[in-house]
Order: sequence, then structure tokens, then C-alpha cells
Amino acid sequence: MSQPVLDVQGLSVNFRTSHGVVNAVEDLSFQIGEGETVAIVGESGSGKSTAALALLRLIPDPPGKIVSGSVRLDGTELLTLSESEIRHIRGFKIAMIFQDPMMALNPVYTIERQIGEVLQLHLGMSRRERLLEAIELLRLVGVPAPEERVQQYPHNLSGGMRQRVMIAMALACRPRLLIADEPTTALDVTVQAQVLDLIQGLKDKFGMAVMLITHDLGIVAETADRVVVMYTGRKVEEGSVTEIFDDLRHPYTRGLLGAAKWEEGDGDMLREIPGTVPSPFDMPTGCSFQPRCPLAEARCLSDRPGLETFAPGREVRCFIAGEARS
Amino acid sequence: MRKATGVFILRRMLQLIPVVIAIAALNFLLLHMTPGDAADILAGQMGHATVEFTQQLRQEFGLDRPLYEQFAIYLGKLLTFDLGMSHIQQTPVIELILGRLPATLILMVAAITISVVLGVILGVSAARRQGTITDNLISVTALIVYATPAFWLGLMLIVLFSIILDILPSGGMMQVGAGLTGIDHVLDVARHLILPATTLGLFYVAIYTRLMRASMLEVYGLDFIVTARAKGLSEGQIAWTHAMRNALLPVITLAGVQIGHLLGGSILIETVFGWPGLGRLVFDALLQRDLNLLLGILFISSVVVILANLVVDLLYGLLDPRIVHK
Amino acid sequence: MKRFHIFWFRFRRNRAAAGGAVVLAAILALAAFGPVLYDVDPFEMVGRPFMLPFDRYPLGTDVAGRDILAGIVHGARVSLMIGVLASVAATIVGVTFGAVAGYYGGKIDDILMRTTEFFLCIPSFVLAVVLVAIFQPDVVTVTIAIAVVSWPSVARLARGEFISHRDREYVLGCRAIGMPDWEIILLQIMPNALPPIIVVSSLMVATAILTESGLSFLGLSDPNLVSWGYMIGVARTVLRSAWWMAAIPGAMILITVLAINLVGEGLNDALNPKLRK
Repeated sequence: MSQPVLDVQGLSVNFRTSHGVVNAVEDLSFQIGEGETVAIVGESGSGKSTAALALLRLIPDPPGKIVSGSVRLDGTELLTLSESEIRHIRGFKIAMIFQDPMMALNPVYTIERQIGEVLQLHLGMSRRERLLEAIELLRLVGVPAPEERVQQYPHNLSGGMRQRVMIAMALACRPRLLIADEPTTALDVTVQAQVLDLIQGLKDKFGMAVMLITHDLGIVAETADRVVVMYTGRKVEEGSVTEIFDDLRHPYTRGLLGAAKWEEGDGDMLREIPGTVPSPFDMPTGCSFQPRCPLAEARCLSDRPGLETFAPGREVRCFIAGEARS
Repeated sequence: MRKATGVFILRRMLQLIPVVIAIAALNFLLLHMTPGDAADILAGQMGHATVEFTQQLRQEFGLDRPLYEQFAIYLGKLLTFDLGMSHIQQTPVIELILGRLPATLILMVAAITISVVLGVILGVSAARRQGTITDNLISVTALIVYATPAFWLGLMLIVLFSIILDILPSGGMMQVGAGLTGIDHVLDVARHLILPATTLGLFYVAIYTRLMRASMLEVYGLDFIVTARAKGLSEGQIAWTHAMRNALLPVITLAGVQIGHLLGGSILIETVFGWPGLGRLVFDALLQRDLNLLLGILFISSVVVILANLVVDLLYGLLDPRIVHK
Repeated sequence: MKRFHIFWFRFRRNRAAAGGAVVLAAILALAAFGPVLYDVDPFEMVGRPFMLPFDRYPLGTDVAGRDILAGIVHGARVSLMIGVLASVAATIVGVTFGAVAGYYGGKIDDILMRTTEFFLCIPSFVLAVVLVAIFQPDVVTVTIAIAVVSWPSVARLARGEFISHRDREYVLGCRAIGMPDWEIILLQIMPNALPPIIVVSSLMVATAILTESGLSFLGLSDPNLVSWGYMIGVARTVLRSAWWMAAIPGAMILITVLAINLVGEGLNDALNPKLRK
């Protein structure tokens, strides 16, 4: 495989709070190649959104801080860039879309202004060029009547249309990497599929890498090439989408899959994960998943499991990974 | 869009009618509570306050009719802007007021401009440097100014700038007897305006600084700020465009609410600086116990406040596209 | 008792509020005992006019040879008394309006709130000036005039509080067992709605003192009582030769109002911790 678009190695993010230091992301490594979609999966509090913000160096500091690791985009190290250099990466080489498109767009500016801002900032387009390009981008993401829509405000648009606008804004500079943080969670079910199809189609068209953050394994199955499962800031399992769905090895992944099936209304298969994600201030000893793990043994309570590599791109953080096949 | 705004203005004007009638009713009520009616006063002035003559005057003025009839007459007169006579100055009240209104409006507009502009700049600066010395300095100063009686502050500013430093005039609206015209006249008035407008505005600078700071901090917690950062905008650009435009909305609302308060404050400030506006008229009316004139000023200033609120509402509609004028 | 301890703990932790409380206590002591301890008639001509501070009298004499310190001491009493009484009156009226409007809603709410908003339209200081001018300035009319222009903001706040409470379970429960409305309003909802109202009316004392000083600066004060605003008004004409005569009473107003505001905000933090940003 050629050089990956995104190469994250040993990324760790801390938050200093009045109650002590919290490891929000710990020793995270993964890669995304050109035209590839990697899903980052986990419950809320697993550190997946923090990891995404860390790639853009958007962790609020204080209290957050990237303490170690390396983030390379097409071979360029991002963590050592100056503030103005990283600003030129944001929105230009790496773009991001968010969960709630109502909240993510500024309510007092027109669509033209909000898309045009990126074009002016990174491509130095004139006012007229920006307007034409914004209309073109809206057409690209399937917004009907883009000439009218471009003059409107976010509140004039439906949720699905707003997310399309967000995507248009993100794609304005043809980025190398698109980070989509729960892009469909706030949308109606019927609209969800349209937006996902749109992202997939545009990814193929532009040869982007896509980092898809989600807790919905149904979406993962349909759109992702590879999957990274995170729990309490750590990667617990990684594999291709087939490996994850047919040969999952971590009890947490199995729990997630159980929860996903429950969401589909398959009552008999209900296997929700008991308990909740532990508080970052009160981490259990040993494996952080052990209090909720149906297979936990004595060593899980005392020792922290390391990441075990089974094959290139196939890793599991569990002592009993070998036996935990379903 | 323009037509909708026109309809909105018309509707708002119609809504004002009952308020204006209510103000007229209050005025009428207060007029009747004043010891001695117009007939007594007039008879006294004419020097033959016999019972018969006063009674005759009462009939002429309609003062012997039932109260509701008198109110109807009073309303009818108001419709033609007849606020009665100032018996002391022997001039129609409306003439006296209209002669002084422009000076008050100039002072108010200058004070509002100073307070909103300075308040926004200081509030944004404090919020951007939350917790630093700059922030604390701005916040403490705002707290102190907020507790300062404006008329006293005016006197102290006169001591400093007119008496000790001798760089600004201590009172009046223009240099007496200089006979300046054109641009020189405007500059002269502006020079005389500096101290009173600053004095009147400073209290509101304190309020808007505090409000703007709190409002900015709230806006900083919203998702579209993260979007703006992810687009590659600098913190300065974000503060002065995306964040400021949204944080401004509650400040504008409050500024509208406080126009009445500002007008009240201008009475005191005009007295301090000898500014020839409504405030000075109030002061003179108080000295001469010219109650009819005082009530006329109350009525007209209430109407001014209501109209100013209408203007602020329209301005708010321009700043917040979510407001639809139906 | 325990609630009071929590309140006291939170309040004390706020250093600005604690400082404000100390200063306010000193001013209250000045108002209460000052006129007794410094027994000088503030209207009496005690010496030559325009005497400098620290000469024969601690703060000097004014244009008419009156002892300025005596004026400050007696003025403290007037300013604080009018400020507190006007706020109490405004709070009672405002809470009554707001409680009835918020609890009953509908037409009653409509009428009461229209009235409130009408009063918010009128420039409050102008109305206060007119009221005092019509009814002759004395302590009572000044207090009433300030209360008349201050109650609407309390009414709005109280209405909001009562609306947020009127459909809660405990209120529905009271209604179900047939408790009369006045009892629900006064004994059930009021204790819960009171904390934010207390904060607003304590801050209102500061505004009332500012309004009173403005009125007496214009000469609209009780002619038999000296007040800080009146002293500034008298000194205004001699600003050029004796600026301290205006500066001293104004500084007293500033310190008093600042102390009240600090205490009020401390109360806010201590009573309504969730409102803290």
C-alpha cells in the first residue's frame, strides 16, 4: 500500500481538571488511505470526538493538551506546525462536518457567506467567484435551486439540507481528509441514507480519505472499509469491516453489536452492554472494560491488556481475544 | 421582504395606539391630581381670583363637565398635538418641547453610540482574555462605573477636563457669540458634546461591557464556533465576526429597553452641562413649578421612547435573520 | 438552619461580596449611630464658608458654612432609608402583580402584564420627577415615586417564577386537596420563588439610592432633611473653587451603591448557584 493520507501514531490527549488529569485519548494509532473510509466506533465518552478534534489541533488548551504522538497528513507532521500553518490545513486539507447541522452553522450569516468564507480564506477567490463557486458546490451536494438557497439563512433549510450545506462547505477546497463526526445522528432516518450516500459518492469522486465517527454499527456496515473501536480513550479493536462483523474478538465490540441489533428491534438477540462507561476520574484497575465484561477473569482485574496484533491492520486489546470468537 | 417590513411597521404603529392613549390617560390623571386647576392658576395670574370669575373660566375650559368628557376633549387636543399652554412662559407647551427635542436627541444618539461601540469592544476583549489581568481590569472598572451616579461623574469630568486640564468646554452646546457656521459650527457642537455624551454613555458602557462579555462566553460554547475554527479562521476573525454578531443580539435588546432610562439620565446630564435640551426644560419647569409643561414633557418623552423602541425592533430584525416580520 | 449554613459558606467564599458586606455594614453603622455620635445639625452654620477639609471640621464647610461631615452622616440615613423603603414597597407591589399574573394566567395575566409593560415604556426618571413635583417633595412622596417607577421589573421576574412553578406536581397536589389559591401562592410557591426576587430587590436598593440622589440633585428632596444628592446640587455652583464639596458626597454614593451591588451579586451566587455561569 502506498503512503496513507492520514497516519496517526501514539496520539495521547490529556485534560487537566480540578479533580486531576484525565487521559481522554491514549496511545491511539491508525491510518486512512486514499479513497478509504475508516469508522471510529464507540459510546459517548470513548474519546472518538476528542481524537478527531486533536487531528485538527482544536482541543481547547487549557484544559486539554496533546501530550505525545504524531499526526501526518500526506507525510507532513501536523503537531509541530505553527498556529498559522495549521490554520491553513484546517478547512483546506482537512475538513470536518458535525453532528447537529443546525448548531454547526452560524444562524446570522447566509449560506453564501459561510461557504464563501472558506473560499476566500484558502483560495483567495473574489466575491463574484465565491458566489458562483458556492452555487456550484450546493448543486454538487444535491441542494435544489442552489441560486436561491445560497442567499438564505440556515433556519430556512431543513436538517438534511443543512447537513448538505455543511458538506458543501467542507468540500469547498477539495480536502484530502474529511472528518465526519456523527454526521447523520441528528437527521431523520430517510435522510440519513441520502447523506451517507452523498459522502460516499463524493469520496470516490475526489479520492478523499474519510474518518467517520459514529456509534451506529448499521452505518459502519454500509459505509466503512475498516473499523477502529474505541473505549475509554483507547483503541480496543481494529479490523476490516468484514473482520469486525464476522470475526469480532473484543467483548466490547460484541456488546456494541448486541446494542445495534437491539436498535433494529430484534428482541431475541438483545444483548445490551450492562453498566455505563466508567468516570474518567474513577478508572477501574486492570482492563477499563472489566467491570462491564461478561468474560472478565482475575488477570483482567489486575493487569492492563496490551494491543495484540493478529495481522496487519488487525489488532485487539484483550487477554482472551483468542477465545472470544463468537 | 421590503413589503413585509412595511406591513410590520404599520402593524406595530397600530399597536402603539392603545399605549399612547394609556399614557394620555396617566397624564390626564396626574393633571387632575395637581393641587389647583388651570382656572385657579389663570385667575390668580389675572389678579382677580373671585369665585365667580374662576367658575366662569372653568366653564370656558370645560372643567365643570364630567371627567370622561374632559378626557375626550383632552384626547382630541392631543391628536392635534395641543398639549396646552405653559402658563408661566405664555407659550404653547408643544412649541417649547419641539424647540428643545433636537438637542436631547443629539445627546442621546451620541451616548447610545458611545455606549454600544465601547461596550462591545471592551466586552469582546474581556471575553477573549477570560481570567487574565485585562479581563479583571475591564470587569472591575465596569463594576465601579456601574455604581457611579452619572451626574456626579459629569461634575468630576468637568473638574478634570475643563477646570484642571482646560481642554474641553464645561457646558453649553456651542461657543456663545462666536457665530460659527458650516463645518466649524458642527465641530464646535461636537466639542461641546464630548463630555455630556461620554458622561451619559459611560454607565451604559459598563452595562453593555458586562453583558457583552457574558454573551460572548455563552456564544463561545456553541457548535458553530468549532465549525469556524475547523474552517481555518483565526481566533481574532472568529471573535469579531461569528461570535460578535451573535453575542450582539442581547445587547441590542437591552439597549432598546433602556432608551427610556437613558432619556431620564439625560435630564440630569443636561442640567450638569447646561445642554439646551428637554432636560434643561424640565429643570426650568421645576424651578417655576410649571406642571403643565412637565406633563407635556412626560407625554412627549414617552412617545419618543416608544418610537425609539420601534426603531430598535427593526434594527434587531436586520441583525437576526431568524426574526420574521409577519 | 442547615440551609443558612450552606448559604453563608457560599457567600463568604466570594471575597468581593464579603468585602462589600463589610463596607455596607460600616455605612449602615454610620447611618444608625453617626447622627448620635457626631451630634451636629447639618443645616446649622457652624463657621466660615469654604473651609478646607481637616482644617477645623473634618471635611470642611460648604457654601453656607455648614459642616460637611454632619451632612454626610445625616445624609447616609436618608439615602439608605429611602433606598430600602422604596425597594420594599416596589417588591411588594411587583410580587403581588407578578404572582397573580403568573399563577392565574389568561386574561388576568394579559391585563396585568400590559399594565407592567406600559410602565416600562415611560421614561422612569421623568415620571419620578413629575410625581415628586406634583405632590411636593418629602420623604414619603420621594419614596413612593421611586417605588412607582421600580416595581415593573420585579413584577416581570415574579411572573416568570410563578409560571414556572404553577404546573409543578407539588402545586397540582395542593390544588387536588382543595387548598385555597391564596394559600398556594403565599405558602407553597412563594418560598420557592423568593430567592431570585430577593436578589433583584437587593440590587434595586442600589438603583433606588441612585435615583434618589438624582432627584435631590435637581432639588426634589425633603427640604427638612439633608441628602447626599442635595449636597452635590448645592456644591455644583462652586465646582470651580471647591470641587471637593461635590466630590465627597458623590464618593459616598458610589461606595454605598458599589457595596450593595457586590453584596447583591454575592447573594445571587449563594442563593441561585445554578444561575452561575
